[in-house]
Amino acid sequence: MENKSLNRVELIFEPCEGMDATLASVFKYSNDEITSELIDSGLRGRGGAGFPTGMKWKFTSATPGDEKYVICNADEGEPGTFKDREILAKVPEKIFVGMAIAAKVIGAKEGFIYLRYEYKFMLKELQERVDLFNDMIKGYIDFKISFRIGAGAYVCGEESALFESMEGKRGEPRNKPPYPTISGFRGKPTIINNVETLAFATMIVKYGAEKFKSLGTLDSRGSKVFSVSGDLPNAGIYELELGMTLQKFVDEFSDGDAKAVQVGGASGFCVPRKKFKDTIIGFEGVPTGGSMMVFNSTRSMYNVLHNYLEFFVEESCGQCTPCRVGCQQLLKGLKAVKKGEKPESYLEDLLKLSRSMQLTAKCGLGQSVGNSFASIVENFKEEMVY
Amino acid sequence: MANQVNLKINGMPVTVDEGSTILHAAKKLDIHIPTLCAHDDLCVAGNCRVCIVEQKGLRTLPASCAVPVFEGMEIETNTLKVRQARKHVLELLLSEHRQDCLSCYKNGNCELQNLSAEFKVNGSVFMDLVEDHRYTIDHYSPSIIKDDSKCVRCQRCVRTCEELQKVSALGVSGKGAEMKISTFLDRSMNEVVCTNCGQCINRCPVGALVEKDYIDQVWDAIADPKKHVVVQTAPAVRVALGEDLGLPNGEIVTGKMAAALRRLGFDSVLDTNFTADLTIMEEGTELLMRLKGALVDKNPKVTLPMATSCSPGWVKFIEHKYPELLPNLSTCKSPQQMFGALAKTYYAQKINVDPANIVSVSIMPCTAKKYEAQRPEMRSSGYQDVDYVLTTRELAIMIKQAGFDFLSLPIEHTDSFMGVGTGAAVIFGATGGVMEAALRTAYELVTGREVPFQHLDIMPVRGMEGVKEAKVLLENCVPAWSFLNGAELSVCIAHGLVNADAVMKLVRDGNPHGWHFIEIMACPGGCIGGGGQPIPTNIEIRKKRTDAIYQEDSNLPFRKSHTNPEITEIYTEFLTEGPCGHKSHELLHTHYTERVGY
Repeated sequence: MENKSLNRVELIFEPCEGMDATLASVFKYSNDEITSELIDSGLRGRGGAGFPTGMKWKFTSATPGDEKYVICNADEGEPGTFKDREILAKVPEKIFVGMAIAAKVIGAKEGFIYLRYEYKFMLKELQERVDLFNDMIKGYIDFKISFRIGAGAYVCGEESALFESMEGKRGEPRNKPPYPTISGFRGKPTIINNVETLAFATMIVKYGAEKFKSLGTLDSRGSKVFSVSGDLPNAGIYELELGMTLQKFVDEFSDGDAKAVQVGGASGFCVPRKKFKDTIIGFEGVPTGGSMMVFNSTRSMYNVLHNYLEFFVEESCGQCTPCRVGCQQLLKGLKAVKKGEKPESYLEDLLKLSRSMQLTAKCGLGQSVGNSFASIVENFKEEMVY
Repeated sequence: MANQVNLKINGMPVTVDEGSTILHAAKKLDIHIPTLCAHDDLCVAGNCRVCIVEQKGLRTLPASCAVPVFEGMEIETNTLKVRQARKHVLELLLSEHRQDCLSCYKNGNCELQNLSAEFKVNGSVFMDLVEDHRYTIDHYSPSIIKDDSKCVRCQRCVRTCEELQKVSALGVSGKGAEMKISTFLDRSMNEVVCTNCGQCINRCPVGALVEKDYIDQVWDAIADPKKHVVVQTAPAVRVALGEDLGLPNGEIVTGKMAAALRRLGFDSVLDTNFTADLTIMEEGTELLMRLKGALVDKNPKVTLPMATSCSPGWVKFIEHKYPELLPNLSTCKSPQQMFGALAKTYYAQKINVDPANIVSVSIMPCTAKKYEAQRPEMRSSGYQDVDYVLTTRELAIMIKQAGFDFLSLPIEHTDSFMGVGTGAAVIFGATGGVMEAALRTAYELVTGREVPFQHLDIMPVRGMEGVKEAKVLLENCVPAWSFLNGAELSVCIAHGLVNADAVMKLVRDGNPHGWHFIEIMACPGGCIGGGGQPIPTNIEIRKKRTDAIYQEDSNLPFRKSHTNPEITEIYTEFLTEGPCGHKSHELLHTHYTERVGY
């Protein structure tokens, strides 16, 4: 399998100079040229699910309708992820421009940035900057961006729950299909992209697909912003080329004693040391929305998993059975095994349950609880029991 | 015709309309897919995940109730993967459900119980979660008991309360493990906007929402030799009771029911139909008086349109949601409460029993009637006018407890007096029925002729449409009502509170359609779809019960309320001032109260 060495990239955080010129250059392209360029670039959604961005835009553009929306998902709630905050703080104009391009492609007049409740402190400055942008964009397109603030629920990062929340309802995922490209916010065709995806879209349209395509692997084109945390000397935010092995990542960042890396946050996968060499960070290996949590040998993986499960027990929206009840059962069962109230073999029952949850839960939240559960239990079984 | 979509389920080809769900397509092939949160009357929820299937090309197992079909789709409903996952879902549901099935009120009529039996699930594979929650049972409402420890969070009740009834007394609160079905600030059901309609009970798949039953109290009264227990039965009961006793939907069991009530030990077996006819006399007169007040006397205090007041769920709805429109509500008590007031006065005198020793029981298709009987206004006899209200379901339970074979009972008649009703009274059980009954009498009173409809069947007011309208021209009126000559009486009928809400909005906004008289029943289809009727319910079942109601009407010798001989008798010997006279006002009319909006 193709793998890359660790390369630092500076595309996203390249200073936002000459945005007016960028807008002018971007708006000279036709909608087809823009979507083709995005499809050609291989850009996939940076929130974690990895849907090809150009296709999403193309589908939404093809859906008939006068009323369409562009939404930036800034509900960055995955444990261990904090890169969108940095993008919002440093280069928000790239997000705005990305939204404006999307609006041009689909014919949207309104755009919204759904900002997680915990980032409310950023709103004042962001509002000032978006006001300037809204003025600047008037010469190009009839489009206006506003902010909507979440109320602190993790599940509202799920796109359809986010729409519900924006519509003033209880933040719960909808049944899919229909997908947002057909029926999103207010039941209208909607492009919803992660903060980083929109910023990348701007850069791809600005520089062309080639520059982006030259980075990464066949399945995972380009670079990605990582939130690196845990047992390491230099926690922080790094833009890296996709396709490196976890070993290379750990060699660069860890304190030398990494026993496991949780890739993709609480809903991601735990990779133990022995698999670092064979694990590629990217869609062909272990994908991530950006969260990389490194644990060294002083950490109890039981505590790590217990912590994640407590998080899910609380953050499940509670509407579907597998997620609402399954999370409670995984947590309660894990504790019972640890205390000796249930035999070690009960872990097998729980693993089967976690697989059923992956198959049957209504949305990505419930479907991904099994990722961390199975990968931690299977790789650190003795820590769960003793 | 909708576009057609071809797909395969378990290898079998099937063609369905575009937009159909997988579940719908499977039904067409007679493939059974188990469901729990799905209900024919409600929007798709897709939250229980019992109905999952395998879809070729998809990693996950989609919920068949929620996913529309597409051309070339391939579905498998019975793979190892599906069976294992479905069993897990059921086992998870059991783990958060208080499994006291043997002592549960819904034992024997529980969808979770049926699914558990069907899949032979292991109820103890997962750990009990009930103990982790501090559940309390809300039994403060006189009509509804809500037990969260049995709730499976399917949200049928929430959807019912919102979509069908526009009440939204029930909603979802909390998330994750704390997610539950709740009321405003978690108050008791009797402290919120709940109308006690019981539609949530009709759709709850388990025992989380049940009626408050008064079976033991009634047995005690029957066993007490000092008590004279009278029973009345509402019109909609006789077309639904059979369903709980082994008969098909829409079977008329009027005669067997009378026989059963006698064998249960009730001392007087009477009929709410009598007071339904009386309601027509009182309410019809009230309407004509209001019309005269508005048209002739130009009295600004007279309020039109007048709305019916027979449905206690509807009455509570308007008290909560449109208190400014309370003057539009007829002051007539419901037939149940008119009956109650007369049972302890007129009837007590006639049979020479001290009213203190009369226990008045009513059998109703309704849970709101339980609340209505306990309203403080409903004591005009000097006692609580109706002591105990049982639903159709509770009567079926009593019949089963008594141990006799309902199907082989003879056909018997109710006792006389207060036991005779006309066809006009029977149709009170279906939407449009009160209107039809009122028109049959009022038209004849005003014009001296029968309503100009074949066989007295006023078809425009019948049927399952949510809001119906009709107009009746009044011509060649008798001298007393000549001021109505040439007037066109405009009426409106709504059933289900969502439709009542739409009609009330129009009335509030100035009554643009110029209605004079509005009939409203709180439940879908009217009382035949009441919250106390046998479970399950759906549009087909309600239609069958409705057909039975009109069948019963056409079978009866008297079909106009004013031709009921017992009605003539009571106005001759007891209510001697006639309809809406002083005594009527004392016993048969009431007033209303503004209530909270949450």
